[in-house]
Order: sequence, then structure tokens, then C-alpha cells
Amino acid sequence: MSDENLKRIVIEPVTRVEGHGKVSLLLDEQNCVKQARLHIVEFRGFERFIQGRPYWEIPVTVSRLCGICPVSHHLAAAKAMDRIVGGEKLTPTAEKVRRLMHYGQMFQSHALHFFHLCSPDLLFGFDADPAIRNVIGVAERFPELAVQAVMMRKYGQEAIRITAGKKIHGTGAIPGGVNKNVSIEERDFLLKDLDQMIKWSRSAVQIAKDYTVKHLNEIKDFGSFESNHLGFVREDGAMDLYHGNLRALDAEGNVIFDQVDYQNYLDYIAEEVKPWSYMKFPFIKSIGPEKGWYRVGPLARVNICDFIDTPEAEKERKEFKALTKGKPNNITMAYHWTRMIEVLHSIEKIKELLHDRDLQGTDLVVKGKRRDETVGLIEAPRGTLFHHYRVNKDDQIEMANLIVSTTNNNEPMNAAVRKVAQDHLSGKPEITEGLLNHIEVAIRAYDPCLSCATHALGQMPLEVSLYDHAGNLVDRKVKS
Amino acid sequence: MGQTIKFTIDGTEVNGRPGQTIMEAADEAGVYIPRLCYLKELTPHGSCRVCTVIVNGRPQTACTQPIADGMTVENNTPELLEHRKNLVDMLFVEGNHFCMFCEKSGNCELQAMAYRLGILAPKYPFMFPTCEVDASHPDIFIDRNRCILCGRCVQASKDLDGKHVFDFVGRGVHKKIAVDAEAKLVDTDADVRDKAAEVCPVGAILKKHIGFSVPIGKRLYDQKPIGSEIEEKKMTKVKS
Repeated sequence: MSDENLKRIVIEPVTRVEGHGKVSLLLDEQNCVKQARLHIVEFRGFERFIQGRPYWEIPVTVSRLCGICPVSHHLAAAKAMDRIVGGEKLTPTAEKVRRLMHYGQMFQSHALHFFHLCSPDLLFGFDADPAIRNVIGVAERFPELAVQAVMMRKYGQEAIRITAGKKIHGTGAIPGGVNKNVSIEERDFLLKDLDQMIKWSRSAVQIAKDYTVKHLNEIKDFGSFESNHLGFVREDGAMDLYHGNLRALDAEGNVIFDQVDYQNYLDYIAEEVKPWSYMKFPFIKSIGPEKGWYRVGPLARVNICDFIDTPEAEKERKEFKALTKGKPNNITMAYHWTRMIEVLHSIEKIKELLHDRDLQGTDLVVKGKRRDETVGLIEAPRGTLFHHYRVNKDDQIEMANLIVSTTNNNEPMNAAVRKVAQDHLSGKPEITEGLLNHIEVAIRAYDPCLSCATHALGQMPLEVSLYDHAGNLVDRKVKS
Repeated sequence: MGQTIKFTIDGTEVNGRPGQTIMEAADEAGVYIPRLCYLKELTPHGSCRVCTVIVNGRPQTACTQPIADGMTVENNTPELLEHRKNLVDMLFVEGNHFCMFCEKSGNCELQAMAYRLGILAPKYPFMFPTCEVDASHPDIFIDRNRCILCGRCVQASKDLDGKHVFDFVGRGVHKKIAVDAEAKLVDTDADVRDKAAEVCPVGAILKKHIGFSVPIGKRLYDQKPIGSEIEEKKMTKVKS
């Protein structure tokens, strides 16, 4: 059948996804999905416009890529600039202050992702009336949960403020270290609500776990597919969200590569460009673009690590792994469970750090032999984040390549959209909001952020277009 | 005892000394007159016009106008405030000022002046000029995107450092800060210890490698608005 006989449905934008995504479904005359694509239609161009800027400015500049997880970009760039100034062996104080910033970021971002953006779908059902299936609906129906969500996010933001100077877009990490330590007063401020945060984190894991187990039959195939999984782990195989070596496993748990120094990521990872999206498609070189794509983020991280070095999160990890008998879990909706395991891990780590006197140290910056080209990696809330820079002899950025978490998850999100579209839209005579939201639910399981992945200039008008099977535009809704 | 010159600023009597400008006498009296190009160590030249006051009914720059007995100076009036806001506003749109990732943020006099004057966003259209960056010097960085052409570096190099590293070239919107070399700053005798490397009110001339080393909260204008240090003198005098 030629494409001329297909109907194109465009869902734009994807609501509750930060940035603009456009989903287009190509239907045939029988309303069966022939093709499904998640387009990223924004272009940001950070990699280009930071060229010529001084290297010490970059950790602050690139943090503006995102308002939800700026710390991740801030730290990935700072880790790269550490190596530029030969200061990658940070002082204990600098590393621990940065880790506190990072775990605070992980805690607040995961809380936002799960409670504010995804919980309406889980609590009210994917087909529920959109008028109540939102964070306001959650606040009205489940006020205690809403308070918990807001307070957990606030706590993480406070940890960021204390370490970076501001809750959003701070400046704490500088090449070779940090610009401040954590005072006794600041530490005690965070200790005050720590026990409550630990309790709420336990209950958050429970909510995600109960949901997954209770709805296993309906979600096990929802947007699910087998994939490779990638992230970094500590040298002993433990989960480490701040620093480690790259590990990739296939869908069965077989090692593709392990303990790879991420400075050499280009030997293992490549990116494919497709004409219909600004977002590139990364893949594992040894497998190739067709089957070498991989998942990143909480699901991948829990899948690839050998253990978690905090007791409560480790207990939850074991329970999670038991569901798939130790093999990687490939259920898209399981992202939420693993996301909450990481929330618990992060708060346990914050507890460890707050009791470490190194946070009050005064040795903040170290520098050594200058380098010209480096890579900085971090496990951001949505997944592995690559920052690669080359700096000229005059200290200016000459080249930048940023592979953000959303880009790493590009093909998995497309696969999820395809799967959901095939399972839930095919053959239905009417495209309801609830059905369309199934697609959005699948995307949100991975990522509420799309704009950062294309690095967005200005606001784009919102547009919904509907094409009949002959390719004629039959309806278009535009919202400026 | 020297002679005392009595004049008023906004109706309040101020005592000055012969040879003082309005700015100098006002500073001593704890009255803040907004300024950008003025720096105590340099010869005032009234180029930014932000310190314009009304002297006996006529506009004058406070940094250059000597005081005189019986002089009536208007400083803090709605009309002057509006003029100053417009001047600062124009400085913003004539350059490329991205405070959010500028290392001078929190220590920048232009940014601090905008905050003090209550400018939340420019009202004039951005010009987005194409400006050159000169990173050639190992210790000093020139970012002309942020230059407001105050001339402090030009004067400091000449009068305080005994050099002639900087000067202006071009006219009108094409005017820019230049260096005394065929091409780059590295070819001059500029040194990081020069006063010229320290006097820039914005982030146009910076010392390299130290950006963002002062945490948010500890920067010059994080706690108090620009001009507070002058107004605090008045408070101290009132208390004593």
C-alpha cells in the first residue's frame, strides 16, 4: 500500500512534557497504525553558541538547558572542566558538596516527575477525564500526597540552594572544585526534615511498587519492548549516580561492555541523524544503529548495577529484580518503580553526607596539568548525560557535543510510542483524548523533558493536524 | 579651617569644600547619586550621563560639575529617575548582556543599577550587535558584548598604569574599545596586575580562570543595593 492511502494524525503538543513534542501517527484506510513517530521540533543550538566562550563559564551557561534538572548539566560540564584544569581529583569537601547537590537534584526531580507529572495518570487511570487527571486533581483528591510531593521537591531544592547558591541555576561547581562548603547551620537546616523525607521516600517506593504489581497484567506490555540498557556503575559494580565507568547490558542481561572509561565513549557510542527529528539517535557501535539503541535512566541503572550501597534502596532493588528473576526488566512503566528506588537511595546518600564533617572543609579547589579536550558524564535524573568539550589555547570552547538523557532515550521513546499506538489506537474509529494520552503516558514514563534534548528558541504555536487517508488536511487546531 | 560651601540636594542642606564636584560632596554627605562611568580614582568625564542632576534648573553631570554656594541640586525626582532608567535601559539593549550566565553577575554595576532603578526588563528593542571577544591574553579576557563604553579602562591604563593599552575606535553605534596593537590584547603590554584590569563596571574586561569563584550570597550586590555604602554614611552620621 502506498503512503497516499494513509491517514496522518498529529498530536501536538505532548502535554505535561516540558518542551514541545509532536507525535504523528500514519494510519491506513482501516485505521491501523502504519507508522508512529515522536518528532522533536525545537532547536536550541547550545553546542554552537557556546563556541568561543571561556571554559569556566560553561557549567553555568549549560545549566540553562533545563529548569528541572539544571544541576545535572552544571555538574556534567563542571566534571569536564575539572579535567581541563587538571583538577579531576577533587578534594573530599568539593566532591561531597557536589554529591549533596546532585542527590538533592535527583531527589527533587524524581519527586516532580513522579508526583506532579505522572501520578495523575496512575491515580486516576489513563482514560480519566483530563479535567481531573492533573496535579490539581491529585491535590483535591489526595491532599496528603500532594503535600508530600511539594515538600519532597522543596527539600531537594533546599539541598541545591545550600550547595549551589540558588534553587535553580546556581553556580556552586567551578572547574576543579566548588565555590563554597556547607556550614553547620546549613547542615542542621537539612537535618531538621531528614527523617520525614526518609519516611516519605519509603512510602513513595511503596506507591510505585504497589501500582506496578497490582497492574502488572495491563502494564507489562504497555509500551514495553526488549532493549539494551546503559549507564555507569562504580568499579565494584555498585550504583553510583555521580561518577563511574560505563556498562551496557543487553535485554537478557549479557554484558555488551563494562567498566569503560567514559573519556573513550566515542569508541563505543555513535549518533545517527534522521531527517524528521532534530534529536539524534545514539546507538552502541558494536551492534549498529538498528539494534544498538539502548535505554538509560532509572530503569537502566537499576537493571545494570550489581547492588546499591545504601541498605533500604538495596532491599527494594532486590525485590524489583526478583520480579524478572534477576534479568533486566523491560517494562516501560517500571521506570516509575525504579525512579522511586532512586529517590530512596538519594535520601539515604544525603543522610550519609550530612553526617560527614568533610562538608565543612575549607579546601575547595584543586588544579593541575591543563588539558584541551575532555568528557564529563553524570547520571542525570532522566539518564546518562554526556558533555564533551574541546578548549583552545586561549581558553575558549572550540567544540561541544552534548548527548542528553532524552537523546539517549530517543529510540526507546519512539519504540514506546509505536507499541502503544499499535496496541491502543489501531482499528478504533475515534481518537479519544484518553487514547491519545496513552501515548503521552508512555513518553512521560521516560521523560517529561524534550526541549533540552535539542538544546528551544522561543515559543512555538501549538498545532493539531488531522489528515485523511489520501493525505488531505481535514482539521487543524492552532493555539498560540 | 577651609571654606565651607553650602548648597542643597533635594532641599537638604549639604556642606562641601571648594574644588569638590557635586558627586564628591554628595558622597561625603551620604547622598547617593547614581553613576556608572565615574570612579573616584579617575578624572571624571561625564560620559554615561547617569549622574545627571538638575542644577539651578539646568541638567548637569554631577561627576563634573563643581559645587557653588547657594546651588540648588535636584537628584531624586521622578523625572530624573525616568531619565536614568532610560539611559540604563539603552545600555542594556545596545549590548549583549546575558546576566544569567555572566560571571560578573552580582558584582556588576550595570546590573545592580538596573535593580536599584527597578528595571525588570528592557522596554527598547534589543539591537543584538555583533561584538568581538579577545581571549588572546593568558590572564585577561575582553568580551565586547558587555562593554558600555564607560572609558574607565582607557583612563586607568593611561593615568594609573602609565600605559596605553586601551582606547576607543569608531563612532556612534560602531564605537568600540580597542587595544594598542595590530590585532590582539596579547600583543600589548597589558598585565593582570594593571588597574585597567580591575576597573570595568561590567563583565567586559575580566581576569581569567576565576569566574564564579565567589558564591551566590557573598557577591558585592547580593545583600545590599548599589549605593548603599554611600547612604550608610548618612545613617551613621544621623546615629552619631
